[in-house]
Amino acid sequence: MEGWDPNTKSTLTQIPLLATKAGPRDGATWTQRLKEEYKALIAYTQMNKSNDNDWFRISAANPEGTRWTGKCWYVHNLLKYEFDLQFDIPVTYPSTAPEIELPQLDGKTQKMYRGGKICLTVHFKPLWAKNCPRFGIAHALCLGLAPWLAAEIPILVDSGMIKHKDDATSSTDS
Amino acid sequence: MHRCDRRDVAEEEEEEEFSLAQKKQLVMEAELKQVLNDLDSLKHSLLDPSHHAPIDKLQSRIEHLTTLAKSEPVRRSKVKDMSAEVVDSNPYSRLMALQRMGIVQNYERIREFSVAIVGIGGVGSVAAEMLTRCGIGRLLLYDYDKVELANMNRLFFRPEQVGMTKTDAAVQTLSDINPDVVLESYTLNITTVQGFETFMSSLKNKYFRPAKEGSGVDLVLSCVDNYEARMAVNQACNELNQTWMESGVSEDAVSGHIQLLIPGETACFACAPPLVVASGVDERTLKREGVCAASLPTTMGVVAGLLVQNTLKLLLQFGHVSLYLGYNSLKDYFPTMEMRPNPQCSNAACLERQKEYILAKPARDAAAKTKMEAEALLATEIPLHADNEWNISVVDDSELEKTYATGSGPADALPEGLTHELPSADEFQKFPDADTTTATIDDLEELRKQLDALNA
Repeated sequence: MEGWDPNTKSTLTQIPLLATKAGPRDGATWTQRLKEEYKALIAYTQMNKSNDNDWFRISAANPEGTRWTGKCWYVHNLLKYEFDLQFDIPVTYPSTAPEIELPQLDGKTQKMYRGGKICLTVHFKPLWAKNCPRFGIAHALCLGLAPWLAAEIPILVDSGMIKHKDDATSSTDS
Repeated sequence: MHRCDRRDVAEEEEEEEFSLAQKKQLVMEAELKQVLNDLDSLKHSLLDPSHHAPIDKLQSRIEHLTTLAKSEPVRRSKVKDMSAEVVDSNPYSRLMALQRMGIVQNYERIREFSVAIVGIGGVGSVAAEMLTRCGIGRLLLYDYDKVELANMNRLFFRPEQVGMTKTDAAVQTLSDINPDVVLESYTLNITTVQGFETFMSSLKNKYFRPAKEGSGVDLVLSCVDNYEARMAVNQACNELNQTWMESGVSEDAVSGHIQLLIPGETACFACAPPLVVASGVDERTLKREGVCAASLPTTMGVVAGLLVQNTLKLLLQFGHVSLYLGYNSLKDYFPTMEMRPNPQCSNAACLERQKEYILAKPARDAAAKTKMEAEALLATEIPLHADNEWNISVVDDSELEKTYATGSGPADALPEGLTHELPSADEFQKFPDADTTTATIDDLEELRKQLDALNA
C-alpha cells in the first residue's frame, strides 16, 4: 500500500472485508458472497455520503448479481463530470477482479482497453491479487476506479477530449 | 489457360448467385469493353491516318488489361486425402515430406485433430493461419472484438476487414487459404457467465470425432491478452480435464512465453502467480506511461510460431514438447522450466485433477514398466515411446529439479530471467465473526433495498 494517499488508506480500512470465496457459478455460496458485497457497498456509500465525498451509484442489473450498472462522477475545477459505469462479474471472480467499464470514454484515452475497460494493471491488480478473497466490488471502486478518475479526468478535460455538459449540476455535492 | 478459367466461372454463374468479386469482375470487363468501343469510334472519326498508330497501341493495352481482369483467382476445391505426391498443385506435398524424412510418423493424423483458439488477436490469428496451412482437422475460434486499423501493425488481418468481427474476418481468410479445415467461430466473451457456458459446451461437443475420449477438442490454445480471460480458460480446462497451452506477449512487446498445462500433472494457471519473462533491462527505463499496451508483429509472430510448433509436436508426437518456454527479445534469451501443481492451489477443480493424477500413479508406473520391457525386446527397431501421447517420461522424483508452484518459500526459486507478474494472495485468515455482525441484516433482498435507498 506504499504510495497511496492517506485518505484512500483510511477509507479503505473502513470498508468491511469479505470472507466468502465464491463466484457466480458457485450457487449458494455466491449468494452468501453477494450479501457480503452488498454490506461492503452499503458501508462504503454511507461513509462517502457522511464525508461529503459521494462519487458513484451502483446496483445489480440482474437478479443473479452478475452484472452491475450505475454512474460515477468526478469534480474538476468546480465542474462535475458524470459517466455511465458498468461491469460484469467474471466467472473466475474473486480470483480475478471485475473489469470496470466507462463506455462513454471508449477511445478517448490510452489508459483504457477496448470497450471502455479502464486500465488497472499497475496500480490495482497486484493489490487485488494479494487480498483475494477479502476485496470486493466496493474495494475495486475505491482502489481501482477512484484513482483512475483522479488521474485521467483532469487530463481528458484539459486536453479537450471531454466537454462539460452545461446543464449538469456544477456544485461539489450531488 | 484464360479460356479454361472463364469456363469455370461461367459454369458457377449459372449455378449460384454472383459473388461480390464476380460482380466487380463483370463490371470491370464491361467498362474495358466500352473503352475499346470508344477508341474504335475515335479512330474512325480521325481523318489523319498518322494518328492511328497510338490509338492501336492504346487498344492493344486495353485488350491486355481485359485478359488480366478475366483471370480472377479460382478458389481451390477440397482435397479428400492428403497426398504425398510432389506436384505444384498438391497443397500438402511439403508437409507430407515430413513423413518421408522421418520427422513425423503419420502426418495425415492432423486431420483428426480439433484445436480451440481463444483470442484471435496478434498471436491467435497467426496461430490459426499456421494450423490452417498445416491442414488441421478443425479449428474453433473465440473472440468478441472487431478488426481495427490499430491492429494493422500485426499480421493476418487486412485493412479492408476493418469493422468485421475478428472471428468473421478470420473465417473469411482461413477458408480461402484451406477449405479442408472445418471452422467454427464464436463471437463471445468467455469471462462472462453466459459466454463461459457456451465456451464449455462448445468444447464438450464431440460431433467431429464421436469416438474421441474426453472432450471434443484435442487442445485449447489461449492467445488472449489479459489475466481474466486466461483464468477463465484455466477454469474450463481444469473442469474438463483438458490439456491446453497458454501464450502471452508482454505489454511492452519485447518478451513473451508459451506454457503447456496438463490438469493435475503440471501447475495450473492459478497454482502460482503468472510468470513473465523479465525484460532484462532496468524496468524504470521502459516507458510505460500513456499507453496500456505496445505490440510488434515480430514478437507476436515468434510467439505464435513457438506455440504452434509445440502444438504440432504434442499432437503429432515428435521432438520434445516444452512445458514452459520464454522469449526475451532484448537479450535473445529463451528460459525454460517445469512447474508442478501447487497442492494448496486456490482452484478446486485443479485440486481434484491433482488427486486423480496421484491415484493413477500405480497404473501409470505399471504401464511404463510394461512398455519399457516391450521396448527392451525391440530396442533395435522401435523408437522410444512411440505412442507416448503426452511425452510423459518416468523419472525418479529425487533427480528432478522442478519448481513447486507454491509462490513462496525456497522451492519457489525461479530460473534466471523469470519473475512473477502478480503477488500471491496473503495467508487467508478467518476473520472473527465480530467483523460481520455490525450489519445484522442477512437477507439479500433487504440488502438490495438498503443499497437502492442509498442510491436514490
